[in-house]
Amino acid sequence: MKKWFAFCFWPVAVAGVAILTGCDKPAQNTAASGGEILVGEFASLQGSEATFGNSSHNGTLLAIDEANKAGGVLGKQIKLLTEDDQSKAGQPANVVTKLITRDGVKAVLGEVASSRSIEAAHICQENKIPMVSPASTNPNVTEVGEYIFRVCFIDPFQGTVMANFAHQTLKLKNVAILDDVKSDYSVGLAKFFKEKFTANGGRIAAEESYSGKDKDFKAQLTSIKAASPEGIFVPGYYTEVGLIAKQARELGLTMPLMGGDGWESDQLIPTGGEALEGCYFSTHYSPESQSPEVKSFVQKYQARYGSVPDAMAALGYDSAAILVDALKRAGSSDADKLRDALAATKNYSGVTGVITIDSHRNASKSAVILTIKGGKFNFVQTVNP
Amino acid sequence: MHTFFQQLINGLSLGAIYALIALGYTMVYGILRFINFAHGDVFMLGAYAGYYLAPIVAKIVPLPGIWGAVSVFLASMAICALIGVIIEKLAYRPLRQRPKLTVLITAIGVSLLLEYSGQKVFKPDPKPFPQLVPNFHLGGDGALGLNANQIILFLVTAILLWALHAVVWKTRMGTAMRAVSLNPQAAALVGVNLDAVISFTFAIGSALAAAAGILYAMLYPSIDPLMGIMPGLKAFVAAVLGGIGNIPGAALGGVILGVVETLVSGYISSRYRDGIAFAVLILILLWKPSGLLGKKEIEKV
Repeated sequence: MKKWFAFCFWPVAVAGVAILTGCDKPAQNTAASGGEILVGEFASLQGSEATFGNSSHNGTLLAIDEANKAGGVLGKQIKLLTEDDQSKAGQPANVVTKLITRDGVKAVLGEVASSRSIEAAHICQENKIPMVSPASTNPNVTEVGEYIFRVCFIDPFQGTVMANFAHQTLKLKNVAILDDVKSDYSVGLAKFFKEKFTANGGRIAAEESYSGKDKDFKAQLTSIKAASPEGIFVPGYYTEVGLIAKQARELGLTMPLMGGDGWESDQLIPTGGEALEGCYFSTHYSPESQSPEVKSFVQKYQARYGSVPDAMAALGYDSAAILVDALKRAGSSDADKLRDALAATKNYSGVTGVITIDSHRNASKSAVILTIKGGKFNFVQTVNP
Repeated sequence: MHTFFQQLINGLSLGAIYALIALGYTMVYGILRFINFAHGDVFMLGAYAGYYLAPIVAKIVPLPGIWGAVSVFLASMAICALIGVIIEKLAYRPLRQRPKLTVLITAIGVSLLLEYSGQKVFKPDPKPFPQLVPNFHLGGDGALGLNANQIILFLVTAILLWALHAVVWKTRMGTAMRAVSLNPQAAALVGVNLDAVISFTFAIGSALAAAAGILYAMLYPSIDPLMGIMPGLKAFVAAVLGGIGNIPGAALGGVILGVVETLVSGYISSRYRDGIAFAVLILILLWKPSGLLGKKEIEKV
């Protein structure tokens, strides 16, 4: 009896599962061909980099809705499917696999954090689905393969910009570095900063590191204090930077801190407060810029979300806008044609500057440097590539 | 030399927090002989209680200010004491006659429950913790740095340790706790109310965790629902280091661990901080398996 059951049960069960999963796919595909182009997005809507994810998601959504209001592309509306990776490693691979294999998206947009973009990039490359990252600046992201693009500058450029700024504008000779060993982004930025700064004739007084989610940085900062640098380069994320600034001031370190675009978040000032006054960081754009693209974007964003868009929102907007532009030029949502159109993007006037995709699928564009004064981000200068 | 003393102050303040959390582990172990892994998450709840109470308290007593801070501390300790008692009643009491392993796994379950419901209720993104005491700073550029939060931390830790010592050695409840720790059956035979003693132990341990949570949040003012995991683990190590079940041992273990960690990241490498801290634990356990102040237990067959 038992044997008989097993004999009949398994084939039936397997067939049942096959029918269920088999039914799923055609249903999705017919929905897609009925006037919609499916685009997937993965973002850190929760977790430690939640403010980044939400900003870039808002920007992306704004660009897609705009394109749809203007009649869509290729006579179809774009449907954005968003998945949350909760700022956790491992999660992007899951959600992007789901977006591609189950939902059948034609392109993927995301993420801000480089570590998580690299993870998803492998999945997109294997499935030959074009991916556009809004704000991952680590060089390794687009090196994954010919289907992976980005609309932001990369860490060597950002590290170089800050090293030149520290040397030429701030006239610093002696700088300490405090980086986050858990983050590809932070380690990369620290490396390129060090290379350029020493090439300029500067000296790295001390190199200390922490690991993401740490709360106590006093030991490292005390060691840095003993080396008495004129500035500290902290290429981390806003969550830790606020605490680092506070603890540095508590230990009597008064020199300016410098960092990259990981600083830019409206959560930075509430955590760091006055300790961040007079610090500098490089980022992608400034909402104070007078260019017509920025002005109209800031106005549309404020009307919809009620807040001034930060760099991640602007990059999210540009990533979706460039994808829409490429879809139009490709004349089809076919993966290879779309890929070629993305690669051919030239002098596109985005919110974050004039974007040209180079042969390594990176955006070549300018950076801006901001400073913190009176609890606000203030524009200092624009640096061209 | 100056740098060394500054590192020592940094280490002692971290160690004081580990010590407060370690006390909760060691007290529960002393009475029930099991590790309450949810303790680190009660620490997190303490910080969140402080976060939500501060704006309410600020309406009645001025904040930042000493009396405001005291009321936030007391209210949050009371809330966590209650939570500790409820956890024991719902999760551990029904399993008291079961094998210790069952209770241990349940404790891990409770810990995960608190962490993930915390992410649902409080939202997973980090929140800036409000300032509870006015900021001042002892010593300037040349001298050693010691700020208001660190002074409060040392003061509160000293007061709580003294109070705990008084409760355990000077009160009837303390005598009952020591009796249960020595032999629960015999204690019950001479009329000690086991349930009451166990509830009381959880209440005190959780209140100490709440105090540690607020102190930690004052020192590192960014709180999130998973903030209890690492300090909880470190405090557990501290409790084992000092000899689990032994109250002065837990305090000593916490201080040692905090100082070792800070000195390692200050003088050797900040990358190996946690690694070396745990290596120290292994070395001490190899040399003295029952911990620094622990007594050898003889199992009767």
